[in-house]
Amino acid sequence: MTRPDVVVTGLGATTPLGGDVVSTWDAMLAGRSGVSPLTADWAKELPVRIAAQLMVDPSEVIDRVRLRRLDRSEAVAIIAAQQAWADAGFSTVEGVPDGVDAERLAVSIGSGIGGAQTLLAQDDILEASGARRVSPHTVPMLMPNGPAAFVGLELGAKAGVHCVASACATGAEAIALGLDIIRSGRADVVVAGGTEAVIHQLPIAGFASMRAMSTRNDDPERASRPWDKARDGFVLGEGSAVIVLERADHAAARGARVYARLAGAGITSDGYDIVQPDPQGAGFVRAIGKALADADLTGADIAHVNAHATSTPVGDMAEIIGLRQAIGDHPVLTATKSMTGHLLGAAGALESIATILAIRDDVVPPTINLDDPEDGLLDVAVHKPRPLEIRAALNNSFGFGGHNVALVFTKP
Amino acid sequence: MSSREEITAGLAEILEEVAGVSPADVAEEKSFTEDLDVDSLSMVEVVVAAEEKFGVKIPDDQVQNLKTVGDAVTYISTNA
Repeated sequence: MTRPDVVVTGLGATTPLGGDVVSTWDAMLAGRSGVSPLTADWAKELPVRIAAQLMVDPSEVIDRVRLRRLDRSEAVAIIAAQQAWADAGFSTVEGVPDGVDAERLAVSIGSGIGGAQTLLAQDDILEASGARRVSPHTVPMLMPNGPAAFVGLELGAKAGVHCVASACATGAEAIALGLDIIRSGRADVVVAGGTEAVIHQLPIAGFASMRAMSTRNDDPERASRPWDKARDGFVLGEGSAVIVLERADHAAARGARVYARLAGAGITSDGYDIVQPDPQGAGFVRAIGKALADADLTGADIAHVNAHATSTPVGDMAEIIGLRQAIGDHPVLTATKSMTGHLLGAAGALESIATILAIRDDVVPPTINLDDPEDGLLDVAVHKPRPLEIRAALNNSFGFGGHNVALVFTKP
Repeated sequence: MSSREEITAGLAEILEEVAGVSPADVAEEKSFTEDLDVDSLSMVEVVVAAEEKFGVKIPDDQVQNLKTVGDAVTYISTNA
């Protein structure tokens, strides 16, 4: 039996740069930063007082009563999934999907941290007012599979709803799982991506205690600066990005518009340390090798890489060493986290969308704030977008826990 | 002591806040689940909010007897 081709037929996102994919992509090509000061009272005493907050609040899209039963990470996943669903030309009427058999439709949407804002808010209520006042919606709001399950309900998916959790590699791994599901014949269409909404004092304090975050509080728009010598950590972002994966012949039969082909995926684990990446980059070099082999391509075919590059002092250059080894010196890189901040569990999905649109438009979106590049850096589209014919591109994602995920997208 | 009308109006406020029920739809003969579309989890929220608003305890084994808005009004006016 030959392996089916899997293509991307829909995109959806709500991000610090825009409330949808079009506005987010426009902002990326314009080199805009989505980072701003945190003005809430709780932020006053934190070492980190900046974040990449959503451009469009979920309350502008989802009605008040529904929103009070959703964690913010669930609300943004629903918004991104609805957009991707409509963008792919599907609809769902009274819980029944139109254009695909419900039993051939799956969801794969993960989160790095899950419903932490709900957990913390309900704990405040428990401490202040007692157990009886805790919302009966607490559990479905904080469970990590909540975003995938709510999206499954929204679209009418009955071939399984799945929640991948691999920290900052989650969004990419959820897409890789979607590829596997279609290839193995368990579904024709998979709605896949990631979501995260943990701009709250506890997660920020936790990451800040690890000394992982930028403290450039007086200059938020310049805080996320991958590969720049003055980088001092990542900037936390929030949002969701979701893509529609579809078996190529299913997409062709309904005349769907195809953005790109998801040609291959590679997943490895470092087996080295719970948070430190393997300093030789061996784990992600293997992931890239597997993704290329899966796509039946070689490093020479990859014109562009959307790097993981979070703006941390150690990780950024380790990735460069690994890329040289796995692919070579030729690809044109970008780090879109310089603009979006780091969306943790949604990052790999948002960067997949940037990679897909880079292939569609033959342009590499810029890396902003790269004013003083590290020595030994590869070719990066700095400050401005770079026109480039891109037949195949790679998106890297790595996560605490030693997770490495590489995705290869090509022109359809 | 509140009148039945005042209790109904108070319940209508809670139902709007918790479940998005239009206050115009709330009347004593309406069933919470059948007519007003209040699901079981939202009913828990309604009960807790009503306890707070009317200073009454509504034990879980009583909640199943509160089928209509009127049942709840009677329970609250008798036990508050």
